[in-house]
Amino acid sequence: MSTSDIAPDARDTALQEKALAERLASLWATPRGILGALSTVDHKIIGRRYIVTAFIFLLLGGVLALAIRIQLARPENRFLGADIYNQVFTVHGSNMMFLFAVPVMEAFGVYLVPLMVGTRNIAFPRLNAFSYWIYLAGGITLWAALALDMGPDIGWFAYVPLSGPQFGAGKRADIWAQMITFTELSALAVAVEIVVTVFKQRAPGMSLDRIPLFVWSMLVTSFLIIMAMPAIMVASTTLILDRLVGTHFYNPAEGGDVLLWQHLFWFFGHPEVYIIFLPAVGMVSSIVTTFARRPIVGYLPLVLALFATGILAFGLWVHHMFVVGLPRVGESFFTASSMAIAVPNGIQIFCWLATLWDGRPQFRTPLLFVVAFIITFVIGGLTGVMVASVPLDTQVHDTYFVVAHFHYVLIGGAVFPLLGAVYYWYPKIVGRMMNERLGRWVVALLFVGFNLTFFPMHILGLIGMPRRVYTYGPEMHWGGLNLFVSLSAVILAVGFVLFFYDAIRSAFSGEIAPENPWGAPTLEWATSSPPPSCNFERIPVVSGSYPLWEEPHALSVATGLRINRRELLVTSISDASPQARESSPRNSIWPFLAAIASTVMLLSSIFSPWAVVWGSVPIAVTLIMWFWPKGTPEDIS
Amino acid sequence: MRSGFKPLLGAVCAFPLSGCIGWQSALSPHGAQSGSLLRLIWLFVVVCAVVWILVIVVLAVALFRRRPIGNEPPLLEPSRESRLNGIIAAATVMTVLVIGTLTLVSFVATRGLDSADENVLTLRMRGFQWWWEITYLDASRPDRIFLSPNEIHVPVGRPVRVRLSADDVIHSFWVPSLAGKKDLIPGRDNAITFTATRPGVYRGQCAEFCGLQHAHMAFLVIAETPQSFEAWRRSQIAEAASPSNDEEKRGQSVFTVKACAACHTVRGTSASGSLGPDLTHVASRRYIASGLLETTRGSLAAWIADPQTLKPGSNMPSVPLSSDELRDVSAYMASLK
Amino acid sequence: MVSLAMLPLAACQREQRSLRLDPPIEAALDDVRTMANGIGGAPPKVYVALGRPYENNAYDLNEGKRLYDWFGCTGCHAHGGGNTGPAFLDGWWQYGSDPVSIFVSIRDGRPAGMPAFGRYVTTEEIWQLTGYVQTIGAYSSKTAAPSRNDEMQSRPSENRAPATLGALQPPSR
Repeated sequence: MSTSDIAPDARDTALQEKALAERLASLWATPRGILGALSTVDHKIIGRRYIVTAFIFLLLGGVLALAIRIQLARPENRFLGADIYNQVFTVHGSNMMFLFAVPVMEAFGVYLVPLMVGTRNIAFPRLNAFSYWIYLAGGITLWAALALDMGPDIGWFAYVPLSGPQFGAGKRADIWAQMITFTELSALAVAVEIVVTVFKQRAPGMSLDRIPLFVWSMLVTSFLIIMAMPAIMVASTTLILDRLVGTHFYNPAEGGDVLLWQHLFWFFGHPEVYIIFLPAVGMVSSIVTTFARRPIVGYLPLVLALFATGILAFGLWVHHMFVVGLPRVGESFFTASSMAIAVPNGIQIFCWLATLWDGRPQFRTPLLFVVAFIITFVIGGLTGVMVASVPLDTQVHDTYFVVAHFHYVLIGGAVFPLLGAVYYWYPKIVGRMMNERLGRWVVALLFVGFNLTFFPMHILGLIGMPRRVYTYGPEMHWGGLNLFVSLSAVILAVGFVLFFYDAIRSAFSGEIAPENPWGAPTLEWATSSPPPSCNFERIPVVSGSYPLWEEPHALSVATGLRINRRELLVTSISDASPQARESSPRNSIWPFLAAIASTVMLLSSIFSPWAVVWGSVPIAVTLIMWFWPKGTPEDIS
Repeated sequence: MRSGFKPLLGAVCAFPLSGCIGWQSALSPHGAQSGSLLRLIWLFVVVCAVVWILVIVVLAVALFRRRPIGNEPPLLEPSRESRLNGIIAAATVMTVLVIGTLTLVSFVATRGLDSADENVLTLRMRGFQWWWEITYLDASRPDRIFLSPNEIHVPVGRPVRVRLSADDVIHSFWVPSLAGKKDLIPGRDNAITFTATRPGVYRGQCAEFCGLQHAHMAFLVIAETPQSFEAWRRSQIAEAASPSNDEEKRGQSVFTVKACAACHTVRGTSASGSLGPDLTHVASRRYIASGLLETTRGSLAAWIADPQTLKPGSNMPSVPLSSDELRDVSAYMASLK
Repeated sequence: MVSLAMLPLAACQREQRSLRLDPPIEAALDDVRTMANGIGGAPPKVYVALGRPYENNAYDLNEGKRLYDWFGCTGCHAHGGGNTGPAFLDGWWQYGSDPVSIFVSIRDGRPAGMPAFGRYVTTEEIWQLTGYVQTIGAYSSKTAAPSRNDEMQSRPSENRAPATLGALQPPSR
């Protein structure tokens, strides 16, 4: 159906429900075929791809983790050599941080934020498509490098001089640095889209105090990305310049400074932890609200805690550098700020506990994940308080205690809520329910396996085991605990395998999901499961924080949108009153081609600086085609 | 669900009991600094454990307490909400107090770690990929300066100040039984102070990832009485022992003629390379190759014959030697007490 | 994606780190045959069979660079600029630029002051030095070549060869 048989100013009020649904479906649809798949700008399709890709990277990273555990199970084991081990733990860390944790959180934002704020697509949808392809290219780069025995072997924070030109032979460190560039690009793109979507595309009536907490958390996360990523961009670019064209940013003999790298890296690296954790906070808040059958206690404190965490996150990067020999005043300041971030995190825990206390908890799988999250994350947070103390940190820094700590924070604090979120939103995304009985097994195996695997690492660190050692002697007496840890890792692995099995099987044979299977209050549950390509046939209008609880039977809607182009509503920042109708871009192949051109340029620049010059030509061409004016006038209204 | 913790608690309790395990452990301190650090660690552990248990108790009650039956999302009562908010505020204030106290305790502990003492013994330590070079300094008597790779001897009770620097990549000095850690950073000078309170052998290990053989970059700290320390110092200042039999003599000539002398020094011979560890008193040290092998004639021979199998990527090349040459040179090495 | 497809080709040998050379192979690597005048010749068969690793393997080139500093090559040749010994950077090779000549120069020495290092240095190390020395005066750049050191810069990075453009004047000495 072409647009020509519709009057140019036709509005949705002119059509009946069924005709309108057909009209919108054809207008917003993604065409079949490879070309359609490559040129789609539907945030749901892209978000789904993002999620699936990130979970594939989780699986691959998990395989590397098991390889690490086999190597460390016995003293003087020769399963992996030193060289391979160093590549494996570097790729494990870089993969989990840059290719799994951050992208998967963004992916849920890409999928859910437009639905939760009641709009038809994310802002800048073509940029969204571009960000996915760039992310995919970065991930393939890293894993291809590992497969070719040229994986980075410098640790996920790549300290110079080890990663610098003199000690990092070959292209391994360059591949790491360019992989960072890819993920920076995609993360920044998604962050901009989410900020604009949340600020300008909320459903009419969704004033600031009615925004769902998950959306708030994605907003704060996006601002963290926008402010933290430039630091790592500077760092990875200067590293490549040092290695490729012989600049001296990190050469102490020529006035450079090796500690500059650590400052730049951790100025990004610490907020990174909260970029991963804050979306998990949003997921927990959503799940707790729904399954405690009660509005969240302390909405305002929770939102303020999100902002406080986000701001404090930029003031404590030096606690990763407590043993480099800092001035006393600096140490004291960063100890105080690192301790202080426990306060907003405490507030969040208290609010969830109060909600559960006062509500009527329904023990479904997502809530069980939240319970596992609270138990483990509090341990991780408390060991975080311990490493924030300078004198204490001098004993545990760079040991297995820290390895245990950050796995408690990242798996306990982010992966458990994430898996809860998968169980929670799976029916919306796939249209089928996941298996509740298997889900309980998954929670139990993961919780037990996780704690048995990582808790003993605290002790290993205290009895002297440094991190990143590829082996250890029998005289160190670390063999028993390491073997215990390695065996427990099998339980953890079984839990993950069961989760993947459940997720894949349910996609084909799960129970068909209704619109709102959990009786949840937010807008993404107001449309069908999975949602139609236009998300909402009529844009909902909101009059409270929990629209589906307050108006359980029929939501108010906004009408008058044109139906001959992809149109959505732009609203004001604070009280979300309608301001304009805006057309959302159509499908385009150019973001995909631009991503390929960028990939070619970025990878070739590892080998020759001239690649930056010649490689920008195809990028420029694809961008020009991407932004080529279509000659359709902007709507005035 | 919490049954998972029982074996772990068992493991915690078992550790202090199991013998010589404490030579590289923050949990068995033998120095002034590590002692106060361990008290700090226990204080934090206890406070954190109490907080965690409180949270878990509240969580358990919140989940399982009895409630009136009903399933509809309840309407909000302002009085109820404000009571809950009040409880959250109170818990937050408690958090601030606990955190503030821990911060102050941490500040005080930091102050206690620096002991300004006149009678301090100063060493210089340089980190290399993947071994340590320790220089015993003596400002008044340059002839008393000597090198002791991978092994530090200190007198008990006397504060030791180690000046740390690195020439290649970042390393980190860490002897958990005596003190915390401090990085060795190219282009910067750091220092760490510790005092051993009990005679013993303590192990330290590089804690900052430094490349292929990061795992095999250890050193020993041997705390002994001032008398035996002085005796050790005198023996180290002396030149290398002369070969006492033919085998050792042949070994010495192999050592000085072959590639060995290009990198290693044996004071008193023509071997004066400075790229690898000083071997003047190699057999007096307990380990070779940075804590990799205990020093015996056999392990010396194995190391010389095939260093790249024992420590892949190490900068020690496999020098082609005949079996006779290998036997002679290992006999000579083993004689360098 | 095109460059992704290129990666395997580039990576085959360039990045491998063979840390331990079997003693028989190392012995065979010593078997170079030169022309009667000591310039040019045939490399050992095993060297070709291994794929000339010391000329195009990043790790070996980097090791050569380390050894160049460690064994005091800078004493006479500076960082390639030459001092009492000839320069490498100018692209003029007194005994030719092929690896066999360089290997023999290091191992057996040359008249006018180049000592024989074969006694102090293992065969593998000589090959690593050979590869690196060849890189210093290379006419075209190698992507596997090392870059600058963490010290005062005294010459352009090796990976940016040719280091000296248009040095057509033969060295005076």
